This record gives sequence, structure tokens and C-alpha cells, in this order.
Amino acid sequence: MELDKQTLLQMYRNMLRIRYFEERLAEESAQGNIPGLLHLYVGEEAVAVGACTPLRKEDYITSTHRGHGHCIAKGGELRRMMAELFAKETGYCKGRGGSMHIAAPDIGIVGCSAIAGAGIPIAAGVGLSAKMRGTDQVCVSFFGDGASNTGAFHEGMNLAAVWKLPVIYVLENNMYAISVSASKSTKLRNISDRAGAYGMFSAVADGMDVLSVYQAVSEAVARARRGEGPTIVECKTYRFRGHHEGDPKKGETYRTKEEMQEWEKRDAIQKLADKLVKDGQASQAELDKIKQETIKEVADAVTFAKESPSPRPEDVSSYLFMS
Amino acid sequence: MSENRQLDFAEAIREAIRQEMKRDKTVFVLGEDVGKFGGIFGCTKGLQEEFGEERIRDTPISETAIIGAAVGAAVTGMHPIAELEFMDFIGCGMDQVFNQMAKIRYMFGGSMNVPVVLRTPCGSRYPVACGAAHHSQSLEAWFIHVPGLKVAVPSTPYDAKGLLISAIRGQDPVLFVEHKLLYYAKRMPKLREPYPTLISQVPEEPYTIPFGKADIKRPGEDITLIATMMMVHKALRVAEDLAKTGVSVEVVDPRTLVPFDKETITNSVKKTGRVVVASEDAKTGGVAAEIATTIMEEAFDYLDAPVRRVSAMDLPIPYAPALESTVVPQEHHIKDAILQLIDQK
Repeated sequence: MELDKQTLLQMYRNMLRIRYFEERLAEESAQGNIPGLLHLYVGEEAVAVGACTPLRKEDYITSTHRGHGHCIAKGGELRRMMAELFAKETGYCKGRGGSMHIAAPDIGIVGCSAIAGAGIPIAAGVGLSAKMRGTDQVCVSFFGDGASNTGAFHEGMNLAAVWKLPVIYVLENNMYAISVSASKSTKLRNISDRAGAYGMFSAVADGMDVLSVYQAVSEAVARARRGEGPTIVECKTYRFRGHHEGDPKKGETYRTKEEMQEWEKRDAIQKLADKLVKDGQASQAELDKIKQETIKEVADAVTFAKESPSPRPEDVSSYLFMS
Repeated sequence: MSENRQLDFAEAIREAIRQEMKRDKTVFVLGEDVGKFGGIFGCTKGLQEEFGEERIRDTPISETAIIGAAVGAAVTGMHPIAELEFMDFIGCGMDQVFNQMAKIRYMFGGSMNVPVVLRTPCGSRYPVACGAAHHSQSLEAWFIHVPGLKVAVPSTPYDAKGLLISAIRGQDPVLFVEHKLLYYAKRMPKLREPYPTLISQVPEEPYTIPFGKADIKRPGEDITLIATMMMVHKALRVAEDLAKTGVSVEVVDPRTLVPFDKETITNSVKKTGRVVVASEDAKTGGVAAEIATTIMEEAFDYLDAPVRRVSAMDLPIPYAPALESTVVPQEHHIKDAILQLIDQK
């Protein structure tokens, strides 16, 4: 599968946008500028970007408590993302949702849920809606290895399969549900083997390689658009930071330093940069320019967030009901 | 409109669904046994033949997936009506109700609506059938406790049709609770004879009844009797009976618990000074507790006696008829409560 230079550079840029956005968030959080919890996605950028690149603006995603990367990859503006995290009125959810609850229906982000697995049956409903409305829209539903052991996983997968819904279930297997190793939660080496039990398709991708994820998800998207039903795409990945920013020593209490270092060597952003330069598709200067632009974009988002107004207490009751 | 069109509750529900499905292609039904079987209480009977399997969708036994799929469809332009066979099963899909359906609009800053109508039958079927612990509960109090859900508790076929059409046309998530004894009237003389109000005149044309508007089912002067769903019909019998002894009972039906019509209820209390709240859910932390507290806050100075609750005992619903009718409030419980209050001068 040949990708044009523009798409490859956009993937590189989007992975960097996620990385720099989150690294800046960690700094702002350490300085006490972020009022809520942060579950950072650093290390897993290839999954969000590889999975969202095949999507159109009108396609959908559901996301999780670790959702910044998904939202940015689907086209979320850094300013409005950052403002939401700073609990400002200019954020995507006007400061009502925060880090774990971002939605942007105009670009197909039908919402992040902080309940593990909750997005799985919701994504089935999104797919059902697309099918019943007669569009060829698809929904990518992100969730982790932890969520794969919920009842919602079973019910949602089964429904999506039996109704042949246009859903791509992107299972981000980062090997840990907070601190518990996936090996202690499931007998399966590949959780996506469960797809067979539901009569659906599955694929395993290298979650540290954006092109591997892109390829697997592209095939699943094409199948879904043809009306051939859902796929589980399991992406083997790793979070470089702790479960959340309060996790001591980035999670060294339950995983070894050696393991963490091994995975960090497989950094997907560096991997793509090396490939682009080696294949002659981009010069180092071009990549450096993207880096500088991204750093500026993040800085601009932080300035925007800091200068934005907070929600007013007198508006606290707005938005509960439409009428 | 035909002059004397008498429908029972299940017929009214079915008519509302059918008319709204004809009006709006985005309205569809999903749930267990809603297709050929016509729903466990017959509310979707014949609709699959008329609208097809796409729009009257039988589902697996998967409450989480039924409600979750309804939520996902609702936030992307559809208007699903999800049916849960018994309210007792709602726990199986609870996360989708209280964390997703209820919270999406607010936590996403009003950026999307969740127009799901979640219909579910509640309540004891004594004396028709003994459902015991897992087929008899009234759990509506759980849901008034969760901000973000509207909760309808209709009592008559007329109200059911108008409220259901309002729910379907609205953009907010609605838990639509239907007491099982209400369904049976035409099929069961044993219910129809003591409770003629179970059947009502229902216009054929679609109409709406606004949420948050209580209905005075019987005007009276001496005491306010607030009741929901099946308790309304029991209350009307008691009121009829007490009228013969010179006690004038005003029966007020809130019709929706969220939003709640404080004004109509407060006005009634100001007039009578005495209140009984009759609700079939368990007493502790129940609907009657909430209504009683609201009256205390809004109209304390007008009360001549403490508010009395008539609710189920704090027990699982037992199987044996003699036990079930002890746990679930019956007419004599309501009557005793009223007489005790009237005696308090």
C-alpha cells in the first residue's frame, strides 16, 4: 500500500501533535494548572493516528479515559482540547467534561467515556445508525485490553457481529489494566482471537508502527463500508508513562525498567521519521520544521486555554436537558 | 375523532409507537421479543409486520447492548425506542443508563442530544400473576436520583399515549415506566371490573402531553392523595369509597417524576392541608419519600398533619399471594392512612 508524501507527513505531524500536547500537559499538571486527572497516551500515538487516517470527517469514533490522542487524530483542535483540560468555557465541552469526557460531534467524535468498555455497545449503535440511515459511514471504537474483559465487550461485539454493523473495534493492548498484566486477566495471547467466537473478522497490528495500524484498519474500514461487518484490530502497544500522572515512577511498581526501556526504543514517532528520511520521502529539515510548528501550535493552545474564561457558576445548570 | 374510542394501556402505547414510526423514519424499536412475538406484554404486536425487521428489531438478551446501541444510534441522528422486558433486568444494563444515557448531554457541554426512550414494565402483578423477586419490582426511585434522565410514570391509556409521543418527539433521554397491571384491562375482567379507569377514551389523532404537568384525577377538599401508575387506580377506588362517608379526597397524579410538577401538588396541599403519598416502590429512599420532602419544603406552613407514605415494605417481593399483597400496598393500606390523617385534628 503506497501512501503519498503528504499523508505520511500528516501522520508524522499528528503523532507529534499528540506527543507534544501531552508532554506539555504533564508539565502544566506538575505546576498545578490542570485541575483533573491525566491519563496520558504517550507511546501509543501510532494507534490513534494509524486508525484515524483512513477515516473521513463524517466517520465516527468512540474513545476512552485515555482519549486525547484519539481526539487529536480525528481532527480535534488543540486549542479547544487544551481549553477543556484547563476547565475553560472555550473547551470542547465548555469545561463540563474534562480530560476523560471530550466530544466533538461535528468531526465525528461521539464521545469519550471513562467507564471501561462503555463505548463498545455505543459504537454498535453508531454503526446501526449509519446503516439505517443508508450512509457508508463507519465507526472506530477505541478501547484497551482491560475493557476487553467487561460484559459490555461481549454484548457489544456480539450485537455488532450479528447485525453486521460498520464498526472497527481498535483494541489497544498496552499490556496493563492500570497495574494488572493482561497475562493475569486472560489466557489468550491475542485477545482478538475472541473475534472468531463472535463470527467476526480480526487482525493484529504492530501498535508501535503507524503504517501497520493504518494498513490493518484501512482493510477493516473498507470491509465495513462494503457492508461486510465489524472487525477487531488488536494493536500491540505500550504506554511510556504511568496509568495516570500520579502513578509512581511511571508504573515501575508493576513493570520492570528493562521492559519499559525496551518499548521506548520502539518509539513509533522516531520509527516513522527514520523511515521517511531513509526512503528519501522527506528530509530531516522538513521533519524538523514540522516539529517546530507543532511546538508552536501546542504553545498557542496553552496560551489560548490560559486566557480563556472559566465557566460561570450561574450557568452550572445549563445543558442537562434540551428542553 | 371517534366519539367513544376506548383503549387499554397496551393499545395506547402501541398506537403511539405506530403513529410516530409512520411520522418519522428515524424512530425505531429494539428489544427482546419485540418482533413476531409482539413484546412480552403485546405493546409492539403487529408492528414488525407493518414496519419490517429493520425498524422493529429483536435483540439478543443483552441489556447493556440494547441500551448502549440505543444511545449510539440516538447521538447520531436516530430516535430509538428501547424496550426492556422487565424493569428488574435494568441492572444488567445499568451503566449505559446512568453513566452514558443520562450524562452525555451535560458532560459534553450540550454538544449532543440523546433522544432515547427506554420503556420498561414495573410493578407487582398481584392478583393476576405472581412474579416474585425478579419480575415485580418498581425501581423508578433509582432513576429520579440520577440527574439527566426524564422519568414518566403514566397511569391511564390517555396519558400513556400523549406522554409517549412527547417522549419520542423530544430530544432528551426518557425512562418510560409502565406498570404491568395497567396493560391487561381488556383481556381481564378481573381487573377491568374493579378498575374501570384502566380503560380510557383515547383520540385516534396523535397528541402530546407535556412532561412536568400533573393531572388532578379526582378533585376533592379534605385530603390530597398523590399516586402514580397502578396506585392511581387504587386511589380512585378508595376516594370513591370514602366519598360515601363524607370524606372528599383529591387524587393527584404527577404523571412524570422528572420533571416534577411542584406547583399543582403544592396548590392541592394548600387547599387540603393533609397529604398521603401512595407509590408502589419500596418505602426507604423511595418516590414517596422524595415527594413528601418536597411538600415539606414547599408547603410546610399549610400542613395540618404530617405527610403519610403508603409504599411497599422494605422487602423483596415474595411469591406467595398472601405475602405479596402484604408487601405491596393495597387499597386498605391507602384507606387506613387517610382515615388516620383525617382523625388528626
